[in-house]
Amino acid sequence: MEDIIKKQIDQELTIVSNEQIADKVFKMRLKGDTSLLTAPGQFINIKLTGFYLRRPISVSDYDGEGLTIIYKVVGNGTDLLSTMKSGEKLMCLMGLGNGFDTKACGNHVLLVGGGVGTPPMYGLAKELLKQGKRVSVVLGFNSVTDVFYDHEFAALKQEIPGSDIEVRVSTVDGSFGTKGFVTDCLTGLEDITDYCACGPMPMLKALYKYYDGKKTGQLSFEERMGCGFGACVGCSISTNSGFKKVCKDGPVFSSEDVLL
Amino acid sequence: MADISTELSGIKLDNPIIPASGTFGFGAEFKNLYDINILGSFSFKGTTKEPRFGNPTPRIAECREGMINSVGLANPGIDKVISEELPALREIFRKPIIANISGFSVDEYKYCCERINKEEQVEIIEVNISCPNVHAGGMAFGTSPDAAAEVTAAVKSVTDKPVYMKLSPNVTSITDIAKACEAAGADGISLINTLLGMRIDIRRGRPVIANKMGGFSGPAIFPVAVRMVYQVYDAVNIPIIGMGGVSTAEDVIEMMMAGASAVEIGAQNLVDPYVCPKIIERLPVLCEELGIKKLSNIIGKAHG
Repeated sequence: MEDIIKKQIDQELTIVSNEQIADKVFKMRLKGDTSLLTAPGQFINIKLTGFYLRRPISVSDYDGEGLTIIYKVVGNGTDLLSTMKSGEKLMCLMGLGNGFDTKACGNHVLLVGGGVGTPPMYGLAKELLKQGKRVSVVLGFNSVTDVFYDHEFAALKQEIPGSDIEVRVSTVDGSFGTKGFVTDCLTGLEDITDYCACGPMPMLKALYKYYDGKKTGQLSFEERMGCGFGACVGCSISTNSGFKKVCKDGPVFSSEDVLL
Repeated sequence: MADISTELSGIKLDNPIIPASGTFGFGAEFKNLYDINILGSFSFKGTTKEPRFGNPTPRIAECREGMINSVGLANPGIDKVISEELPALREIFRKPIIANISGFSVDEYKYCCERINKEEQVEIIEVNISCPNVHAGGMAFGTSPDAAAEVTAAVKSVTDKPVYMKLSPNVTSITDIAKACEAAGADGISLINTLLGMRIDIRRGRPVIANKMGGFSGPAIFPVAVRMVYQVYDAVNIPIIGMGGVSTAEDVIEMMMAGASAVEIGAQNLVDPYVCPKIIERLPVLCEELGIKKLSNIIGKAHG
């Protein structure tokens, strides 16, 4: 068997911690081989006992020891995931999707995260700051009980010496930060070179329309997936360069390529 | 070691394991994961005359021990399959290929089969008359014996390759359809395609899938598949490729005992990309355990 396997993407990870950080939102640290992760914005596909399809979850951050995922309980699968304890093991398809192209980013990048679209922006912010780029972060949530990671983003200023990061938060009900949507938080950020975003489709559309081609961006899409590695063609979208698979060709697409 | 080779219409396969159409694309997603030349064969993504995006998304829904898809024959179209996919596949796959062909009219089936007939590495044409995800054509041809026979005769007239008709389980009498295909000249039968199914999101009170319904596959449908392969084996004298929820080497043995000469693995490829090599590795060991010296000897064994 070993001799015919070229690349083992189905790997066992061990749960280190699993804690609630906002309403229905959990942060899980997993220990294991992360060598297949190559860019912020990639995802893993998690096998859960009793569920046929795996659960695709974006990687928030990773290092040589393991990775962090932040997920929202939206159904029975993620509900089970939220009950799992330190020491338990998960089989995960690793290193899926393309992720954000940080080399293609300019020197002042706007990062926009909407709800559970926020997690991948954290690893992305870290990487961009390490490359010496200036980062402005705008996070959008529904209400104060949904807000997470605003402090973690802000703390990167201390963690990465010489880094230039600013964080803004909007909530739809105005219970925290600016009342409204992420697009209500963009005043004073006219000098950004480009943007990266992950969040619900209405947010991606609003952002895309806000910049109206004047700034280009990288948008991370979400779609219901079968396999997560390009085999079932369940998660296709139409783009300017033809039909693309969100799981394999994406989830990150150039704003110049997508049809919104 | 047990001999796990088998044969379909005179074509020798090193083993009976064939990834099913629509779960293996044109091999590109798997070639970097393992050496796909260990497979018996593989059935490529259902191909139509024109390129197709398929149905609107979401088009995947989870079920207990299975899934529903309404992908709807998304494919690059026969021209691109012949000019791009097959040459790329030839570089990575030396084994016989099964071409899976779909259509929306008898003429379209005929056109695609005539085109694919010239492709040397294609050794079997599997004609899909059972896709539940397209409104015209597709399953409509597989739910009436007369229509199934008409497609069979039409494609047989344009190809000298063995033609296997892929049947739908969404019928009153699977044996009538199989017999009609055999009488019209089919060289073999592939079954079963997916069962028409549906899920409703109780939080939204709406169907999970944009197209409302789709094809149900996965381990949950295995008993239905075994039953239908068993019935068709009794009804016809042409070889059967059995499929439907096959996930383990044990399932392969069971499917062959029901009457399958070879076995396709579908949905399980999507949740375990290594399921085919795992089964191929396990089969000879399982044969030893069961006292099977030659796997092909067990085809139809359950019929006594």
